[in-house]
Amino acid sequence: MRFVRQCLTVATKDLRSEFRTKEAINASLSFALVILLLFSFAFDPTADTTREIAGGLLWLVFAFAGALILNRSFARELENDCLDALIASPIPGPALYLGKTAANFVLLLGIEVVCMPVFGVFYNIRWYQQPGWLALVMVLATWGVALVGTLFSALTVNLRLRELMLPMLVFPMMIPCLMAAMQLSTPIIAGQPIAGELLAWLRLLVAFDIIFTALAVFMIDIILIG
Amino acid sequence: MTALAVEGVWKYYGDYPALRNISFEVKEGQCVALLGRNGAGKTTLLRILSGLSRASKGRVAVFGKDSLDKEGRSRVGLIGHGIAVYDELSAYENLRLFARLYSVDDPDKQALKWLEMTGLDRVKDSLVREFSRGMRQRLAVARAFLHAPSVFFLDEPFTALDDRAIALLQSLLRDALSRGSTVIMSTHQLREALELATNVVLINRGKLAHSGERTAEMLADPGYLYRVYGEG
Repeated sequence: MRFVRQCLTVATKDLRSEFRTKEAINASLSFALVILLLFSFAFDPTADTTREIAGGLLWLVFAFAGALILNRSFARELENDCLDALIASPIPGPALYLGKTAANFVLLLGIEVVCMPVFGVFYNIRWYQQPGWLALVMVLATWGVALVGTLFSALTVNLRLRELMLPMLVFPMMIPCLMAAMQLSTPIIAGQPIAGELLAWLRLLVAFDIIFTALAVFMIDIILIG
Repeated sequence: MTALAVEGVWKYYGDYPALRNISFEVKEGQCVALLGRNGAGKTTLLRILSGLSRASKGRVAVFGKDSLDKEGRSRVGLIGHGIAVYDELSAYENLRLFARLYSVDDPDKQALKWLEMTGLDRVKDSLVREFSRGMRQRLAVARAFLHAPSVFFLDEPFTALDDRAIALLQSLLRDALSRGSTVIMSTHQLREALELATNVVLINRGKLAHSGERTAEMLADPGYLYRVYGEG
């Protein structure tokens, strides 16, 4: 219970700071909307092929826009040496990490929720045909992206070129999660039932989340203290 | 009782040994001035003592527990080079946050008490980014003392403080010492440090040059220590 309270304290602090400055949210949301808009001009939104790449397009936009949020996660702790104060405090490294991951998860999910109706309008797609399945995939994949992104945000926080290094390191690690999200999102948006081979992608997404949660919790103290 | 035990601590940055076999003990209630020239290894040692960095070799125990042990950290207060408070939160939100992280009883009440003690109660709801430098420093002092630590690690605590913040910090440190707290502070301001210190640890190029009680000669002539034990 104490662990959960500590996670919530860190998550609340991060969300409060972000909502006051809106630095990462504004950058990430504008980036996502502009890319969606540009792609809608580049392709014919009524064509079937556009619908076939819907999942891939959405998750690439979410991943790149998400990198802007993830970059700030640990970087904001460098101002005034706040990271030292957090590490020196008695909260366990995993509580600090999971608190930050939870805050990133909320921010990423918020961006996705805003982008979905825009996507529907510009691409003329009824994306809400299977809201339950879509919500499940979005929650699982966003948690996976937040997990890996927050871990690598901690790893690259002291690098001079962290804005460049984070995407270079994090996207290869996210491939299984993004692949599964793309493979599942396209048929869900098209209104096809989730069965057979698609269930294997769903299992992959769940396994990715479980493995990376365990791995990150195990590694975070080594990353933060050395 | 031993508050801090440092046993054979080495720290390497690549192949370069920043600290070489440092060993000393600090008893409860002592105030130790950690001295040395720039680049001697004071900050590296303080980071290891406060659990911010891992020693390459050796062991550091705070009240018998490893310095990296999270439970032991609730007894440690830290003032580093930065103020370690969030610009985007108010003074009250900052102190309440750290009170919660340290599991202080009644965090709201403690935060308000320390805002009053540091003269920031009238601006408690203002964001720290709107504060003057002096106000930020006083808030940083409140953050370090909020959870009533038994051991303080202070890295050049008087540097960049204004007069009011120096007076506040000195008074709080004297109070803490009178209650039996232990203080380890690195500083270049020899006179202020030696007035407060009961013991002295001198580091020279990563090696322990001297560890012992602060003597009358040191107080009378702060340069004495460097001439006798360090590089004159």
